Order: sequence, then C-alpha cells, then structure tokens
Amino acid sequence: MSRLQVVSGKGGTGKTTVAAALALALATEGKRALLVEVEGRQGIAQLFETEALPYEERKIAVAPGGGEVYALAIDAERALLDYLQMFYKLGGAGRALKKLGAIDFATTIAPGLRDVLLTGKACEAVRRRDKQNRYAYDYVVMDAPPTGRITRFLNVNDEVAGLAKFGPIHNQAQAVMRVLKSPETAVHLVTLLEEMPVQETADGIAELRAAELPVGNVIVNMVRPHLLDEDALRTAAGERRTAVAKALSQAGLGGARRGGLAERLVDPLLEQAAEHAQRVELEREQRAVLARLDLATYELPLLGEGMDLAGLYRLAKELRTRLAPGGTS
Amino acid sequence: MTVSGTDTGTDSNTATSTGATTGDDAMAATPALDIDPLLDDPATRIIVCCGAGGVGKTTTAAALGVRAAERGRKVVVLTIDPARRLAQSMGIDELDNTPRRVKGIDETAGGELSAMMLDMKRTFDEIVEAHADAERARAILENPFYQSLSAGFAGTQEYMAMEKLGQLRARDEWDLIVVDTPPSRSALDFLDAPKRLGSFLDGKFIRVLMAPAKVGGRAGMKFLNVGMSMMTGTLSKLMGGQLLRDVQTFVAAMDTMFGGFRTRADATYRLLQAPGTAFLVVAAPERDALREAAYFVERLAAEEMPFAGLVLNRVHGSGAPQLSAERALAAAENLDEGGIVDQGAGNAGVRDSSAPSPTAEPTPDETSDSQGGSEGQSGTRTVEQLTAGLLRLHAERMHVLAREQRTRDRFTALHPEVAVTEVAALPGDVHDLAGLRAIADRLAAREAVEPVEYDRSDQPVG
Ligand SMILES: Nc1ncnc2c1ncn2[C@@H]1O[C@H](COP(=O)(O)OP(=O)(O)O)[C@@H](O)[C@H]1O
Ligand SMILES: Nc1ncnc2c1ncn2[C@@H]1O[C@H](COP(=O)(O)OP(=O)(O)O)[C@@H](O)[C@H]1O
Ligand SMILES: [Mg+2]
Ligand SMILES: [Mg+2]
Repeated sequence: MSRLQVVSGKGGTGKTTVAAALALALATEGKRALLVEVEGRQGIAQLFETEALPYEERKIAVAPGGGEVYALAIDAERALLDYLQMFYKLGGAGRALKKLGAIDFATTIAPGLRDVLLTGKACEAVRRRDKQNRYAYDYVVMDAPPTGRITRFLNVNDEVAGLAKFGPIHNQAQAVMRVLKSPETAVHLVTLLEEMPVQETADGIAELRAAELPVGNVIVNMVRPHLLDEDALRTAAGERRTAVAKALSQAGLGGARRGGLAERLVDPLLEQAAEHAQRVELEREQRAVLARLDLATYELPLLGEGMDLAGLYRLAKELRTRLAPGGTS
Repeated sequence: MTVSGTDTGTDSNTATSTGATTGDDAMAATPALDIDPLLDDPATRIIVCCGAGGVGKTTTAAALGVRAAERGRKVVVLTIDPARRLAQSMGIDELDNTPRRVKGIDETAGGELSAMMLDMKRTFDEIVEAHADAERARAILENPFYQSLSAGFAGTQEYMAMEKLGQLRARDEWDLIVVDTPPSRSALDFLDAPKRLGSFLDGKFIRVLMAPAKVGGRAGMKFLNVGMSMMTGTLSKLMGGQLLRDVQTFVAAMDTMFGGFRTRADATYRLLQAPGTAFLVVAAPERDALREAAYFVERLAAEEMPFAGLVLNRVHGSGAPQLSAERALAAAENLDEGGIVDQGAGNAGVRDSSAPSPTAEPTPDETSDSQGGSEGQSGTRTVEQLTAGLLRLHAERMHVLAREQRTRDRFTALHPEVAVTEVAALPGDVHDLAGLRAIADRLAAREAVEPVEYDRSDQPVG
C-alpha cells in the first residue's frame, strides 16, 4: 500500500468525501493517517463537522480500532513563508515580500509556484520521521485538484527543476519528484457512472501514465442499486400487463380490471421500469469503458440520505474491506 | 442563512421549522420562469447560465440556443466544456476558438445557430496578439513564464470566457449570445475570478518587478528603492537569475497590455449588468447545489446583475404519485410473502448490482431461481416477484421525489421571489439536437412536471 494516496476526479464526483473515507479506512487498527487539503475550500472541516482547519496538523477523527486521522488544510501563503524560512532563513525579507504582495502574487497568480508549495508540503509529511526514526504518518491522503489539473499539479516540480537549473530550489524539486514518481505514491481517480466523468477519468489516466506518475485505482462513487434485473424488465414490457395488474390487485392496491386502481398503476410503473433499464444500460456501457482502463476499480454506494459523519464511516468501512493490507494499489 | 440538510424519507419538520410554507403553498407562491418570452424578446441580447459544477449549465445553454434559433433569432452559444458527444453532434469539437454554424437547426422561422467551444489558451494568446505589436507579442508568447501562467492561474477560464463574450458582442453578428460558464466548484467563482485577476494586474508587486526604472524614478521613493534592491537580490537568489529575468521580461512586456485588460474587464462587467442581459442560475434539486444557488442569487443582487430565474434541472417525477412509498413497499412485501412458499430468498428479479447479467433471453423458468415446483407455480411467482420489483422501484422513486421536494421547499422559503422552471431528469445523457430540444421543451413548459392526480393522504410530502 503506497504511503502517499492522492485522490483526484472530476469536480463534484466526491474527491473530498472519498479522500476522507480513505484516510479513515487506512487509519483503522492503530495506524495514523494525515488528510491533506490543498484547494482551500475547507471541505474537510465541513465533512467532519468541525470548525475551519488552521494551517496546522490536528487530529480530527478516531478510526475504528484506535487509529487516528489528522488533517491539514495547506495554506499556500503560509507554506511559502515556511519554505523561504527553511531555505533562506529570510525572516525580515519574507515580511517585506509579503508587504509588497509578492506572496500573493506567487501563491494565487503563479499557479506553478503554488503547486510547488502544496506538493512539497505533502511530500515533507510523507518523509517526516519522529525521534525514534519512525514515520510520523503511516499514510498521507491528499484531497487533490480535479482530473483536468492533476497531472500538471503533480508534475510541477519537474518544470521547476527545469526552470531553476541548480541550487536549493532545484534540489528540493527533484526530491519531491522522486517521491511522486515512486511506488510510494498512488493516484486514484474518483468517477461516477456517467459519460463525462468516465471520459475525464480515461483522459486523466492517459495523461498520468504519459507523465510516468503512478496510477492507483478507479473509485466509482455514488453507485445506485439495481432494483430490477434486465430479464424481469424484458418480461414486464411484454405480455404480462394483465398479470401485473392482477398481482398489484392481489397485493391490495385496488381493482385489476380496466380503469381499476391497480390497472392504472401498471403503465406508470412499467414506464419507470423502462427508465431504470435505460439507466442500467448506460451504466453498463460506462462500466465497460472503465474496464478497458485495466485498473482495479472499487465501487462505493450512493448514500440516499445524503452525506454525514455516519455515512463517511460507512464509506470508510466499504473501502476497508477492499484494501487488503499489504496488497498492491 | 442555512439550508438544513438531513434528508430522510419521512417527515419534513426541517422545512416547516425554518418558516417555510408547506409544499403546496410554496409551489403556488413560486413564480414561474417563462423561457419563451425571454428568448423571443429582441431586447434580450445575452443570457448567462451559471451554477455549480455538473448541474447542467452547458446543456441548458445549448438547449436555449437551439430553441431561440428555431424561434427565429440569430444566436451564438459559447460553451466552455461540453461533453464530447454533445460537442461532436453540434460540430464544435474542433478547437479553433471561433463560432461554427450548427447544422440540423430548423431555420424556417428565420433564425440560425452558431456555437463554439472556448479554448482558453488560444483566447489568451489572441489578446496578446491583438494588443501588443508583433515583436512584443512574440516575446510574450515565447516567454516560459507566460507559457506556464496562461495555462491556468486562478480565474483564467472565467476571465477568458468574459473576454470571449466581449469579442462576440463586439462582432455584432448575432442578436442573442448564450454563455455557458466554467466548471468551477462554486458558481461564485464566475463573479469573483475576474476581480482576482484585476487585483493581480493592479498589484504593487508587478510595479516592483518592473522597477527600478519606474519606482526609482519618482522622488520620495528612495526608501522603497533600497528595499527593492534587497528584494531583487533576494528574488534572484530564490529563483535563479534566469528565471527572474524571464519574469521581468514577461511583466515588462505585459505592462503595455494591462491597461487594456482592465478596461475590457470593466466593460464586460458593465455589459453583464446591462438590461439586455439575463442571468439564469442552474441547479439540481440537491442540498449543495441549491445552497450554492441561494448564495449566487444573493451575490447577483449585490452586484446589481440582472437575474431572470432558477432552472431546476434533473428533477424526478412519477406517473403514479398517488401511490406512496410506504404503500408500495408494503404491497411488495405482501407479494413476496405470497410467493415464497417453497423458496428461501424470494427475490429473483431483485438483485445486487454486482451479480453478473445473463445475456440470453431467458424462459420464465430461468428467471425464477426455482428449486422446484411446477411450471405453473413458478410462472406465478415470477409475475409476483416482478411486480414486487416494480413496486420497490416506485418506492425508491417516491423517496427521491420527497427529498427533492423538501430541498426545493427550503430554497423557496429563503427566496420566494425567485422565478423557477423545472427540467425533468431524462433517463439518458443529452448528446444531440433531439436531446437538446427535449430539454428546451421542458425548460419552456409552463406547467409542473408531475400530473395532478393526487390522493391527499398518499402525498409524499406533508
Ligand atoms: N457516496 C455518496 N453518497 C451520497 N452523497 C455523496 C457521496 N459521495 C459524495 N457525496 C456528496 O456529493 C457532493 C460532492 O462531494 P465532494 O466530496 O465534495 O466532491 P468533490 O470534492 O469531488 O467536489 C457532496 O455533497 C457530498 O456529500
Ligand atoms: N435534464 C437532464 N437529464 C439527463 N441528463 C442531463 C440533464 N441535464 C444534464 N444532463 C447530463 O448531465 C451531464 C452534465 O451536464 P452539463 O450540462 O455538462 O453540466 P455542467 O455544464 O453544469 O457541468 C451531461 O452528461 C448531460 O448530458
Ligand atoms: Mg472537494
Ligand atoms: Mg459545463
């Protein structure tokens, strides 16, 4: 199991939710996981129903079996000041830069620089060790930018190493790339069983592979149950109308004769069934597209009642059953 | 303002406790958003479709374009990120950043439709080419810093969409422009991003980078100048001399354009505020999307942008709303009990999504996982189980309906003044003109989605 788990996907497919569930799943049984947010949306705080996260690692949840989930919302501006401090002991000049708006400039305008800081901070957490020389975190899970930006985001340090040809920035960039391109990292893509997110997933994987970044799994989120199988539907559409009306009537839903209550239910019920069948068929097509990607695919159910903490633990449990410890990713 | 969010399938205390009216009253009070008069009015020159990601902005924009064109207007649709198949069917899957005439539109009413897909990078390059002399333009376009900058700094896509809108408007070839907006997480990004870009363009740091020529020239700036040389020293140590020179060249080259950027951003902003513009907010009947929509409606008001109404997309309906989820489930159980005399599970026809699907056309005997019993009995069971399956499906649908209704009621309670039109969720994707017309028909339909054959006691929402 890779120690840095990066979770990307089309916007709205459930990146933040899946990243959080994954952190909980990985922390199970006494492990320690750090959940990292890089988009500055405070989505993690919302999900865990806590106040906004500061730029500081803090414990936000206890996983089953005594594990711990820490969270960190990386603030690019603070990360830049840390970075300057780390490499240049810049104290005063750092403040001057800030006054001039250079930090603003660097963090919000030059996305490359921003991404350097964010990936750098995450990799630092991956490599960090405590006094006993054990890893500070067993796993780092990143709620990453969406599919359209993920390759560039992870690869930014390659660009930096190219722009700054030597010196500390160059070295730092290369160290980060070594982590990101190693089996220590796995990039997962979250998708729905719909055309656009599946297409984006396929494109995203091609890009990641071209950039030699380690692709992890496809996580299909919000999977709805199939309540009726196709065969039943086929029969329903045919000669069974009267029989269905009778069965409805028998179940206490009114008269089965023409114009009877049960009889009038038949058409709308069959129509809903036909729509269901169409959806099932579309999902089957999308599953086939995903299957061609040749990656392990996990499915997470749609929680019909909406997302809350209990739901998050449920998703974590689902993931847990699929993550064989020590298995490949 | 909070939109409370526990969406259980039972009662709706949450809606009433926020001071909401009941479902029916809210429905009655909600003004209808009338799409056709908006499309037909020659004074309507720009329609902007906003909303959170994935709610149907692009689909709505394209559908409006088709309908307006077929009702006689000369329309151009600016899409940002159409689904691939949709783009192909409209003939705009090639990124050349100019509008293409869409084929297959009924032009008998005298209208026409053009469409384009925004190429952000191209648009940025075009601005540079249009506003700098050839040599300077080349210097900018080749600058490595520009190349990484133009691809994606915060808000570029929003800004470029605005820029393109300004360009299309200036060409004056169309009498209606329908604009899609970028797939940001939040609808608010559309309003916020250009300002963020503006603050960059006006930023002090930019001035500093172009110093000392500028800053140092002025009297009284000596202090800053000292800071400056310390700064440039620091920067070059940080970034390496070459990178700093790249940045400086870039900024200096862009400097001449900044004025132009600003002016045009302001002009486009005013264009959006003008009476000929109509903002439509698109949302799905889900908690987050409607919360977004509520924020957005408030922001539009604060920015004095002309807001026309809410498109509630992907709303579910049922042809049998008189049958409640509870009764359907009870009846399904009835049928199960009747049908499982000599069977364990009694749920053939109801199965888990992970089960493999048989491909051959089954005989009735195969569809019931019968372990015995005569053919006659197994046939009966199959119908009963099938019917139970239909009823469970219906129960699920009714739960969805109830949940959507409650979410919508909360929105209505907060914004009773907002005009709404509903678009049913189609069972499949929307990827051709026929699909767009189907969406457009629903956008323009004036009556509610559900038929009105209610038995009061069975209504899903109290
Ligand atoms: N399995 C699920 N079942 C139900 N709702 C879900 C599920 N996964 C995510 N959601 C909901 O979908 C919305 C988008 O999820 P989020 O994790 O914020 O996506 P992203 O980070 O990709 O934008 C949220 O409202 C979230 O609660
Ligand atoms: N009313 C609807 N019924 C069914 N599918 C829809 C509907 N509206 C949109 N879709 C589908 O949803 C997906 C996302 O729609 P899109 O318009 O691209 O959203 P956005 O532009 O807001 O991200 C597309 O695949 C589209 O076909
Ligand atoms: Mg998120
Ligand atoms: Mg779109």
